[in-house]
Amino acid sequence: MTKVSMTVNGKAVSGEVEGRTLLATFLREDLHLTGTHIGCDTSQCGACVVHVDGQAVKACTMFAAEAEGAEVTTIEGIAAADGTMSPVQKAFQEHHGLQCGFCTPGMVMSAHALLAENPDPSEAEIREYLQGNICRCTGYHNIVKAIAAAAAEMRPVAAE
Amino acid sequence: MPKDFGIGASSKRREDVRFLTGKGRYTDDINLQGQLHGYFVRSEVAHGMLKRVATEAAAAMPGVHRVFTAADLESAGGLPCGWQITDRFGNPMHEPKHPVLAEGKVRHVGEPIAFVVADTVEQARDAAEAVEVEIEDLPPVLDMKAAVSGDGPLVHDEVPANLCFDWGFVEDNRDAVDEAIRNAPHVTTLELVNNRLVANPMEPRVAIADFDASTGDHTLYLTSQNPHLIRLLMGAFVLGIPEHKLRVVAPDVGGAFGSKIFLYNEEVACMFASIQLRRPVKWASTRSEAFVSDKHGRDHVTKIELALDDDGTFLALRTDTLANLGAYLSTIGSVTPTYLHGTLMAGNYKTPLIYVNVRTVFTNTVPVDAYRGAGRPEATYQLERVIDKAARELGIDPIELRRRNFVQPEDFPYATPVAVEYDTGDYGAVLDKLIEIADLAGFEARRKQSEANGLLRGLGVNTYIEACGIAPSNLVGQLGARAGFYDSATVRVNATGGLVVMAGTKAHGQGHETTFAQVVAEMIGIDETMIEVVQGDTAHTPMGMGSSGSRSIAVGGSAVVRATEKIINKAKKIAAHLMEAAEADVDLADGTFTVAGTDKTVAWGDVCLAAYVPHNYPLEDLEPGLEETAFYDPANFTFPAGAYACEVEIDPETGKVRIDRFAAADDFGNVINPMIVEGQVHGGIAQGIGQALLENCAYDENGQLISASYMDYAMPRASDLPMYVVDHSCQTPCTHNPLGVKGCGEAGAIGSPPAVVNAVLDALNSGGHKVDHIDMPVSPSRVWQAMQG
Ligand code: FES
Ligand code: FES
Repeated sequence: MTKVSMTVNGKAVSGEVEGRTLLATFLREDLHLTGTHIGCDTSQCGACVVHVDGQAVKACTMFAAEAEGAEVTTIEGIAAADGTMSPVQKAFQEHHGLQCGFCTPGMVMSAHALLAENPDPSEAEIREYLQGNICRCTGYHNIVKAIAAAAAEMRPVAAE
Repeated sequence: MPKDFGIGASSKRREDVRFLTGKGRYTDDINLQGQLHGYFVRSEVAHGMLKRVATEAAAAMPGVHRVFTAADLESAGGLPCGWQITDRFGNPMHEPKHPVLAEGKVRHVGEPIAFVVADTVEQARDAAEAVEVEIEDLPPVLDMKAAVSGDGPLVHDEVPANLCFDWGFVEDNRDAVDEAIRNAPHVTTLELVNNRLVANPMEPRVAIADFDASTGDHTLYLTSQNPHLIRLLMGAFVLGIPEHKLRVVAPDVGGAFGSKIFLYNEEVACMFASIQLRRPVKWASTRSEAFVSDKHGRDHVTKIELALDDDGTFLALRTDTLANLGAYLSTIGSVTPTYLHGTLMAGNYKTPLIYVNVRTVFTNTVPVDAYRGAGRPEATYQLERVIDKAARELGIDPIELRRRNFVQPEDFPYATPVAVEYDTGDYGAVLDKLIEIADLAGFEARRKQSEANGLLRGLGVNTYIEACGIAPSNLVGQLGARAGFYDSATVRVNATGGLVVMAGTKAHGQGHETTFAQVVAEMIGIDETMIEVVQGDTAHTPMGMGSSGSRSIAVGGSAVVRATEKIINKAKKIAAHLMEAAEADVDLADGTFTVAGTDKTVAWGDVCLAAYVPHNYPLEDLEPGLEETAFYDPANFTFPAGAYACEVEIDPETGKVRIDRFAAADDFGNVINPMIVEGQVHGGIAQGIGQALLENCAYDENGQLISASYMDYAMPRASDLPMYVVDHSCQTPCTHNPLGVKGCGEAGAIGSPPAVVNAVLDALNSGGHKVDHIDMPVSPSRVWQAMQG
């Protein structure tokens, strides 16, 4: 067992983990942040996407020990402290971009990472970026619409 | 103007905030005090004699509490099948035992052999490796045609030729159909495969069993579409737990598509272990385990013959299907390829004579059962493929050929030769709508453009019909069902006017918390936020059959309506008393009771308060309180129908197929929440396109599953799919349920595969490749081979 310390959703946390403990497991089992989901064991589905030092990362591909000292954001850290949802979260609700909700945390985390990189993605760019996120329910149509709508909402209004 | 609340409004889903903020509560998010963890030792071979299972070394490993094998489970029954099929000679189907842990033999890769329970899942997994399993290999039964030949190995010694049953539907039509086909001027024949699929909800299955020795209570937290059904099957048939001591709770469920209907070995093993160890026992499937243990879907091989006269009128239809059951009969594995399939073979057409023959086959593969559409996609695919082939052979436009044979609006109610009666529909109107929304007028121009780009463009158009809300219970009972097909709701009104709907159905992504609230809000005229919907817990909901077969709104929604009507009737009595009026004169609208011809009013909330604080109340005539339960048993199936169009582009250099456009026009009858309905159609189409182009569950010649992870099983990704154009404005309301609804959950998966494959064939033929048939999934290599002739 080794000790790990990191910042998760703005709070300093630490715990004792085995070397083989995945970040996803640490978040779910030790920190009880169960919004990060596990949908596969081959790093394909993206249900576990979190941000580590600002980058979208599949939390099932990283050992907890590797996140030593990192800034981690999970789905629980995306809405404002008063509960106001982010533009991406709001757009997912508005455009019905989720059904069962299982892929949703990973989708929202990926969408935020995409929009940080590319504030004005085309439909094709959104679809391409979501290669690593599988949704079985929505057929992606409304997810794509939601992300495009969130992008429009988040872009600074161009000066007249 | 679109409504902003109640029936017909695209109300935003109340479920969403918790899912979007990481606050959903799925089964794997639950951990109980003192909980142990289980891990299964599974068969690595498809077929063999189980010679020895040695558990001593594993049992001695750190943290291990017990290792269970079949010997421990002697007191438990096998997993039951819920539908007894009678074969075409009048004999009952073969029902070999489906043991919880393998007994004597292993029959598929992934079959559980032993269950290790330890303090942590890592310890259980490590100990599982130490369980010694000795298996003497037997030749596996894999190919269905070889399996039924009668001279190969047997999956179950007591089932000759691996044939569970040979079913004829309708058997009395058999000779007449044979004769009509013999004498027909034209017969189009097609042999096709409906590929085996894995449902793959994104949430893997999880079970947590908790036996409390101090009270004798058993609680099971489970990823389930139908907790009451699980309670009945596990309690009454397998473990002998009385239902009042067994509670099944399905929290948020992360998708299911049929795969979470069934009673599985794993949850039974968890409960058994919890009883023995007097501790909660949790098992969470990995995705790899899910591929070899979740029930698979489809897997039919069919020969279909359509007889037509020279002008394209359908004269008769005959099908001969081999349907794979896998190694064991699953919960509804017998009805999926029979009654859920044969009854749909008339499609939207007036074919006067139909005969469906289905032989169901045991093989050394994972058991096969219902997956989104369950039998209906198989029926639609055969029929809509053979019609396109007939159109090519007769030189008739495929859309025109369909139209000529449609059941016409004046024909309803229409009794098909496959024993169902369609209540309503207008197939011509739906097809016209499709032609408009898909812009078929622009197709030729788009084809020219594709040709100019060196690509082949094809169009596939088909219709579908489905049967939802299986019914009525007394009839399906005669056909062999071992359960009822009603559903239920309790409406509990609180003293201050808010209310709780407790539903026997269980949504797993469909948004019933929102939809059912809309229905009740509309009926009473109160705000949706005053209504809470509770589901998925046998302790808090009346007995219901859960959510499957697109039944929730048609059957469950009807029960919600009936319970709410009872509430309103009683509330009117109370209101009449409060207003000193005759009950018959009392009306309810917008949450206010009025008396006709007077200005007397009383608010909904005041009536609720009077019911619970009955100081001014007709106690001699009426009980206090305001809570009612209704059970609704449907009079008939509902019959959603639609028309779908797919346009593909094929790159002749690579054989790669790209879906360029996809449009769906559906008639779901009345629609409660258009936003949710459209979402259901999108998801269904994606799964149908997945089946047609990408997904395939493949076994090698040894019975090893070779598509056993997301690296090998091609799940549709965002970049594989287009935006869809969907429309549900053609509405012929169902005539026999109170909401006039039909159900929408499976339509997309039923209607879309033939559209895709017909589009591919159209593209190939337009490019001068004379190709009649290509099997799903239409992979680049299959297309390439077809182009090479
Ligand atoms: S759980 Fe991490 S990618 Fe599937
Ligand atoms: S909403 Fe269910 S998997 Fe995406």
